[in-house]
Amino acid sequence: MDPIHQFQIDNLFTLGRIGGVEIAFTNSALYMLIAVALIGLLMIGATTSRALIPGRIQSVAEISYEFVSNTLRSTAGTEGMKFFPLVFSLFMFILAVNVIGLIPYAFTVTSHIIITVSFALLVFLTVIVYGFWKNGLHFFKSFVPSGIPIYILPFVVFIEVFSFFVQPVSHSVRLFANMLAGHITLKVFGGFVVLLGAAGWLGWLGAVLPLGMTVALTALELLVAFLQAYVFAILTCIYLNRAIHPGH
Amino acid sequence: MDPQAAKYIGAGIACIGMGGAGVGVGTIFGYYLAAALRNPSAAQGQFGNLIFGFAVTEALGIFSLLIALLLMFT
Repeated sequence: MDPIHQFQIDNLFTLGRIGGVEIAFTNSALYMLIAVALIGLLMIGATTSRALIPGRIQSVAEISYEFVSNTLRSTAGTEGMKFFPLVFSLFMFILAVNVIGLIPYAFTVTSHIIITVSFALLVFLTVIVYGFWKNGLHFFKSFVPSGIPIYILPFVVFIEVFSFFVQPVSHSVRLFANMLAGHITLKVFGGFVVLLGAAGWLGWLGAVLPLGMTVALTALELLVAFLQAYVFAILTCIYLNRAIHPGH
Repeated sequence: MDPQAAKYIGAGIACIGMGGAGVGVGTIFGYYLAAALRNPSAAQGQFGNLIFGFAVTEALGIFSLLIALLLMFT
């Protein structure tokens, strides 16, 4: 029982080669497509039959829209709403991928750091490009907080610059490590059930405990799956706020 | 010392760091709850700040967990 085995990437079929590197359609890509298809179906299904009194599917779409737009508006202001498509896509995609990964035997796309680093760098580069495009050199003002005594200002500026460059690291590692650790824990407790179950009828009685633990942990992981998608979205909003309002 | 044994000891030591994150997350939620019970009407508005503080604190614990996982499985 290797708890790492569930994160294996398998080539389903090869698409072609670019400069000696094999470009393959993997199980990771398959689950990403499933997530996109699910979100697409939800959103298209919700908007084809628009009613004044929303039905079930339309309610889900409206609640998720309201949820993300409230988060964005409260952290980055009304000007932040032009980034709503980015934040909403990130939130819905990570949420769908995390929840699909909880289904037994399913693959969790966000448990690979390459995926989360791509998201975090996308946000990081968006902040830098938009910050300089909108504010010009005033963007550097976001590293210099106002109202700080002059003799500790260099130190504070150093910390601000350092934390700015560490932010894509912590942004990506948080999501990746949470999903990785949660799924390893589930697998380890699942392994306890098998080990105890192999030990005869007394083991069967004992195996009830880790089985119950697995059920409870699955509930916790469902919370974590939602919470990490929300945390990723709210941190994206906070980082974007630096590019939109660099003054403070 | 056997390198494999040293790896496992290192992974165990790395996990101590998660205790600090546990203290931090507990402090954040405890103070949020205390403040929310004093002034329940203002609690909703601070939910974003709560999650942000939780995320930033939790990241540090996750880093030490990551070191432990790297030592265990690579």
